[in-house]
Amino acid sequence: MLASLRVATSHWQLRNVEREIALCKQRMGFVLALITVLTAVLLLRLSYLQVALHEHYSTLSWDNRVRVLPVAPPRGLIYSSDGELLAENIAFYDLNIIPERVGDMQATLAGLREWITIRDVEVERFYADLRGQPRFKSITLLPDLSERERAVFSVNLHRFPGVEVVARLGRHYPQGEVFAHVLGYVGRIDEADLEVLDSRNYRASTHAGKLGVERSREKVLHGTIGHQQVEVNSHGRTVRVLEHSAAVSGKDLHIGINASLQRVAAAALDGRRGAIVAIDTNNGNVLAAVSSPSYDPNLFVNGISTARYRALLNSPDRPLFNRFISGEYPPGSVLKPFWGLIALNSGVRAPEDALRCPGQMVLNQHTFRDWKRHGHTNLSKAIIESCDVYFYQLALDLGIGRMHSGLAKFGFGGASGLELSGERAGLLPSREWKRRVYDDAWYLGESVLLGIGQGYMLATPMQLARAVATLATGGALFEPRLVVRVGEEGEMASVSPSRRIAAGDDAHWEYIISSMREVVHGTRGTARRSGQGAQYEFAGKTGTAQKIAIAPGEEYDAEKLEETLRDHALFIAFAPVPAPSIAVAIIVENAGSGSAAAAPIARALFDHYLLNL
Amino acid sequence: MRRLHVDPALFVTVILLACAGLATLYSASGESLAVVYRQGMRIVVALITMLIVAQISPAALARSASWLYLLSIVLLLAVLIFGDETKGARRWLDLGLFRFQPSELVKLSVPIALARYYAHKTLPPNFSQLFLSCCLLVPPVLLIAWEPDLGTALLVAVGGMVVIFATGVSWRYLFFLSGVVLAYAPLHWYLVMHDYQRSRVLSFLNPSSDPLGAGYHTIQSQIAIGSGGFYGKGWLNGTQSHLEFLPERSTDFVFAVFCEEFGLLGVMLLLSLYLFIIFRGFHIARNAGSAFGKLLATALATIFFAYVFVNMGMTSGLLPVVGVPLPLISLGGTAMVTIMAGMGVLMALRAPPRRLP
Repeated sequence: MLASLRVATSHWQLRNVEREIALCKQRMGFVLALITVLTAVLLLRLSYLQVALHEHYSTLSWDNRVRVLPVAPPRGLIYSSDGELLAENIAFYDLNIIPERVGDMQATLAGLREWITIRDVEVERFYADLRGQPRFKSITLLPDLSERERAVFSVNLHRFPGVEVVARLGRHYPQGEVFAHVLGYVGRIDEADLEVLDSRNYRASTHAGKLGVERSREKVLHGTIGHQQVEVNSHGRTVRVLEHSAAVSGKDLHIGINASLQRVAAAALDGRRGAIVAIDTNNGNVLAAVSSPSYDPNLFVNGISTARYRALLNSPDRPLFNRFISGEYPPGSVLKPFWGLIALNSGVRAPEDALRCPGQMVLNQHTFRDWKRHGHTNLSKAIIESCDVYFYQLALDLGIGRMHSGLAKFGFGGASGLELSGERAGLLPSREWKRRVYDDAWYLGESVLLGIGQGYMLATPMQLARAVATLATGGALFEPRLVVRVGEEGEMASVSPSRRIAAGDDAHWEYIISSMREVVHGTRGTARRSGQGAQYEFAGKTGTAQKIAIAPGEEYDAEKLEETLRDHALFIAFAPVPAPSIAVAIIVENAGSGSAAAAPIARALFDHYLLNL
Repeated sequence: MRRLHVDPALFVTVILLACAGLATLYSASGESLAVVYRQGMRIVVALITMLIVAQISPAALARSASWLYLLSIVLLLAVLIFGDETKGARRWLDLGLFRFQPSELVKLSVPIALARYYAHKTLPPNFSQLFLSCCLLVPPVLLIAWEPDLGTALLVAVGGMVVIFATGVSWRYLFFLSGVVLAYAPLHWYLVMHDYQRSRVLSFLNPSSDPLGAGYHTIQSQIAIGSGGFYGKGWLNGTQSHLEFLPERSTDFVFAVFCEEFGLLGVMLLLSLYLFIIFRGFHIARNAGSAFGKLLATALATIFFAYVFVNMGMTSGLLPVVGVPLPLISLGGTAMVTIMAGMGVLMALRAPPRRLP
């Protein structure tokens, strides 16, 4: 019985295993068949390449090399609104070396130095650039050869295998420093740039926008890279182009800046520290934006020398600093019209409300001084003759809450949205702000100071320009616009204001504007000298912003004070009145009186813009 | 002395391939004897490994399955946590004395583990057994794919899937599994793949989209291959500067150099050597004494084919660029040792020639 059992179990096992083996073999067969098919596919592919396309490929390779070269796109140009060329691409010539074709690098360099001066630091930089680059790549030894150097080389190049003069397009700013802060500049691409840029598109490019419009519109200006498949012989010369896909040029930009107006503004500042912003009140286009002193952006394009750069950095006048968006100044008296409007609109004051100004105000044992004793003063007179006492009292009556919210509507305390980087937001103080930053309450004395635009308050020239443009339009607040047209598109649709300040009563705006007109054209206006002989009327407000406090009893003696401690001169204005088209904000640092130093600049700007003088 | 357990046919073929590889390398390296010498040393080490592994009995291999598998998982996790990072990829473990890629070990341990799993089960497997074996296969594949090393992950996946396939699992289950994999693919594309990997696939689909980046090598290698013609340009006559080798690619495109110098004729000879190994592997599988042996041998032979097919395919533009070396020809040591170890396992699985009574 046991014997039969054993046979029975082994019989059962045998059948099972047989089936498994058969199944396994079937599957293995399938895999093997698949492998055979795939091998056939592979062979077919290789035969296709090696037999069918053999002619094609072998001509490409026989003693020649096929290279795929990137083709850099030409950068878009930048024009002003009056059609002047502000940024262009011109030919630069570099002296390059291809390491793999140079026999003895040291000898070659020594030989080159007999014909042209090459500084040791440049040789070091060249060696550093060589590292990590493929030996067939052309590395620049000397950028931007002069015409003479180029001529010398063209004649002698045959002595130096592996050395070549390579032409490239480089950026050039024909108007130099006048537009430096608006346009910015392009510089050599570095690691930081590569993190932001699409490296595939920049394979052939050496430069990218670093600052200004060149940077904010980098994508549009740069264009799209092209490719060329070229045949190169053993000497490295391109024999023919096999295939190419064209690079797409960057688009040209038209900015709203009026070039001649910009030049007038720069000349008016004449290298003094300061800033000017002019805005078109109809659409928010920035007509002029000058920061002075300035610098030549062309220096940065081919790589500025360390010495020059350090000189710019360390200059006490800070030419690299963009004052019109980053300079934060106490606005001083130019705020008075705004306070007036806020007071009228909130009912805290009526136009005929007046007080007697004795030349100072005392609050809690502190004396707040005025620059003159004005006597009987209403709002209009307070603006025209810039009475401080009137506004001290007004500030107390308005209170910090209303002052803050009222000014905020004009764009103070926040960035204007201009597309340049580095814009600061100024400082519009409030109770919450004071509590947050100083952990302290707001004091009445601080409101008083705020009433004449001193104290904690800070504003940039851009903010001031925008705010005065809003006054000019009766409450339409535009976002300042730098770029007006991109490429071939039509002029950008006229912009509607980003918001409108609740007008309150039109009569109030009229009142303020006519007071500002009297500042310029009235017999006692603080800017009357600038209005003399004008063929049109304009409205404005002077400001003299204090940098340090003068103790009571002391006189402000500009000559005695160190220059950097003197008051700033400010002036905001718009023209013509009625129906203004341009608004300006001007600040001249440490120049003393707004009416003497800043207002005449506004007159010059208006004369040029309105009358082409 | 016990006779050395070895398969003479495989051994000879391997030696021939190694010679072809050294000759090609001599040319590709710009006639550098130093490179060839170093590679020769690596080949010797690999051959010794092969011979040692060939002495292990199939039963011992089967016994080692579980701890080998566990060791691999541990090492893969260690790499993801402690691994040396180069160019955003974590593949190497620095063990002081030497550096080592755990994913190489996995190419052996996973097929062994899966073969062991099915070894004593009744075939074809039911769904729960299939599911469990997938649970064995998927974690190492994902861990490698996340390193990221798509090429190795693919090879491991191929090895595992072949084992599963060879067990005779029903076609319905297989379709279901493929569906799951296809569903995972887009997730992998968007969440795991690095930009350079995506750009390689995109450039494969549209070669003109990035001719200077991902597409550059394929363009160059096709030119090199095509220019070889039927007879090739002859040894050392290929124009090396065609292929501007970047260091990390110098191993994978060596096939292009081979094609350029030895032509279609040389390629056919090379392929026959490779195919011989693969068919021999299947032959060993057919005659293996146990289910374990059959499954494992099939898997190893198929993985070997996958190396060859993927490398030749990507060099000739048939497949997108993935980092897979050409066995015994490409420069490099770790992959060679693993491949030779695999060859050793094949030899070990070979049933000893029956003595005629």
